[in-house]
Amino acid sequence: MKLTDKMDAPNLVAAQDGALLLLTASGAWGIRQGATCEKLITQVALRLTHSVICVDLKKVSFLDTAGAWLLQRFQMEQAEQGRQVQFLYEDERFDILLREVDREDVDNPPEKVSGNSFLNYLAGVGEATRQLGRDTRDVLAMLGGLTATVTAAATHPRRLRPVSIAVQFQRSCMGAVPIVCLMSFLIGGIIAQQGGFYLKQFGAEIFVVDLSGILVLREIGVILTAIMVAGRSGSAYTAELGSMKMREEIDALQVTGLRVTEVLILPRLVALMIALPILVFMANLAALFGAGLTCWWYLDIVPNSFIAQLQAAVTVDTLMVGVLKAPFMALIIGLIACMEGMKVEGSAESLGRHTTVSVVKSIFMVIVVDGVFAVFFASIGF
Amino acid sequence: MGQERTEPVSGQGTGRDLVDEREVLLRARDVTVGFGQKLILENLNLDVYRGEVLGFVGASGTGKSVLMRTVLGLNPRRSGSIEVFGQDYDEATDDMRREIEKRWGVLFQQGALFSSLTVKQNVQVPLREHLKLSARLRDELALLKIEMVGLPLDAAEKLPSELSGGMIKRAALARSLAMDPDLLFLDEPTSGLDPIGAAEFDDLIVKLKETLGLTVYMVTHDLDSLHSICDRIAVLSERRVLVEGTIEDMMQVEHPWVKSYFRGARALKRV
Ligand SMILES: Nc1ncnc2c1ncn2[C@@H]1O[C@H](COP(=O)(O)OP(=O)(O)O)[C@@H](O)[C@H]1O
Ligand SMILES: [Mg+2]
Repeated sequence: MKLTDKMDAPNLVAAQDGALLLLTASGAWGIRQGATCEKLITQVALRLTHSVICVDLKKVSFLDTAGAWLLQRFQMEQAEQGRQVQFLYEDERFDILLREVDREDVDNPPEKVSGNSFLNYLAGVGEATRQLGRDTRDVLAMLGGLTATVTAAATHPRRLRPVSIAVQFQRSCMGAVPIVCLMSFLIGGIIAQQGGFYLKQFGAEIFVVDLSGILVLREIGVILTAIMVAGRSGSAYTAELGSMKMREEIDALQVTGLRVTEVLILPRLVALMIALPILVFMANLAALFGAGLTCWWYLDIVPNSFIAQLQAAVTVDTLMVGVLKAPFMALIIGLIACMEGMKVEGSAESLGRHTTVSVVKSIFMVIVVDGVFAVFFASIGF
Repeated sequence: MGQERTEPVSGQGTGRDLVDEREVLLRARDVTVGFGQKLILENLNLDVYRGEVLGFVGASGTGKSVLMRTVLGLNPRRSGSIEVFGQDYDEATDDMRREIEKRWGVLFQQGALFSSLTVKQNVQVPLREHLKLSARLRDELALLKIEMVGLPLDAAEKLPSELSGGMIKRAALARSLAMDPDLLFLDEPTSGLDPIGAAEFDDLIVKLKETLGLTVYMVTHDLDSLHSICDRIAVLSERRVLVEGTIEDMMQVEHPWVKSYFRGARALKRV
């Protein structure tokens, strides 16, 4: 058979023969003709009055499991209504096929449990509650495991796995430097331009320096960097751990006597907690540089007066407000990412869902943590 | 190489004239495949005839899976040509490729089930994609295939991650059979199956071959399958098809690997 060969169209002709109905099938009865065959057979089935039906398959040029199943199904359906269906064929291959597909339970696929919708709703609520309980337990277990590992590492520093930490640091910090700096540079410039546009109207454009300096150092630098890191490293952590979970690599670690928290999670968390403050610092520099350039070009504030004004506006404390938040945000991002990664189940869809959840949750938590810090710093007057 | 070369033995027992007249479904010529510096296959030639079950053997890592993937157009090759159903796969238009893909079924070594779909949905993927069947018929055909490969019906609603290794193999076989293909590629279909399951598998393949004229390209290490269902056996070694022929031919070959494979302690134990 060549690729272009066409098969004959299937057909089913009914003829009366006394008390017996003779159906003559012809053409190809294969899966590719499945839709036509099914239509032919249901049309005939609708108008049946005879109690004995013969189906002549001698003119059928091709039969496969789909065609055989349709015939078999016809026979079973008619038998339920007390009618007898017989097949006439010479080809013994048809016999093998028809017997192969003679499976009653295929007709009645296992029913899905549907039940009362209100009960289902209650069951859903219950299941969600249990899931929440399990999640909480998992978070606590992970924190406990981490604490235990850190404590153990105090006496055996090698268990901190400095090499893993270095590798993770390389990936989550060094790799992020260019994009974080570029983004902050642009944001710094935009803040200065936007602020300058309005302050210029009052002749107060020099305060753009105070505005962008304080805004960048206290809030923008750390928030934007944390969001970028959540999207960049957080999603990577979830995907890595998740696919390792899918392919039983995590289980393999476990039975080899390696602890997942120690080998995979702690190095990532520590690396991220070191990386984020550094990234925030670099982001701050880049943003101030961007702001300075904009001030120079757009507001004619020369670099010397920009720097002088900046020195008057911000102190080391301003910088520290931003940088101090970074390790906490890193911890949140890392914890959420690893947690979600460990929750991945067997399917690719589950991996995708947990990666999304990981990024969304950690960005949200970054904002929440920032809010908590704002309240905290305000109350201690920092 | 100073090593002596074994000449290919080709179907002496079955009568050459008959063999030559049969239609070639799959033709590989001078296929060379390599990764980086390393050549895995070199100038490999292979014919698969309509209606036969070709068993492919070779030591682990000789490139059986690579050859299968190359034939399927999944691996780039350095040179050579591959014809499927008399059509050069490289020169085929998109429509022709679709037509080819409708006519072959593939079982990958690791099953390669879609992890987000249930077993039943997995089997239905080709049906949905290529045919306009009613939902009922599609369901029934999927369940039929699931039963035929020996899975219990309640496996139909399970996700691949909830299956055992052997069940994954069976589910993947059900998917490869979904379209009642003309040409079936199987990569180690019975590894991971219990011996009874493997025997049932052999039965199913023979039945489909006899009734549908199925052509099977099967990588296998199962000596029972090789003896009971393979019409022809090809041995992959030294980056090419070293010998091919019937199981009786294999028994005559003096190449050390082939000899220990077919006439070694393990092979003789089964007699
Ligand atoms: N994507 C790849 N990149 C590099 N080498 C590969 C790749 N796939 C397979 N190989 C190599 O090709 C050889 C043959 O592999 P394979 O065909 O899977 O063996 P088998 O005969 O056991 O199925 C092996 O040495 C393997 O390392
Ligand atoms: Mg292989």
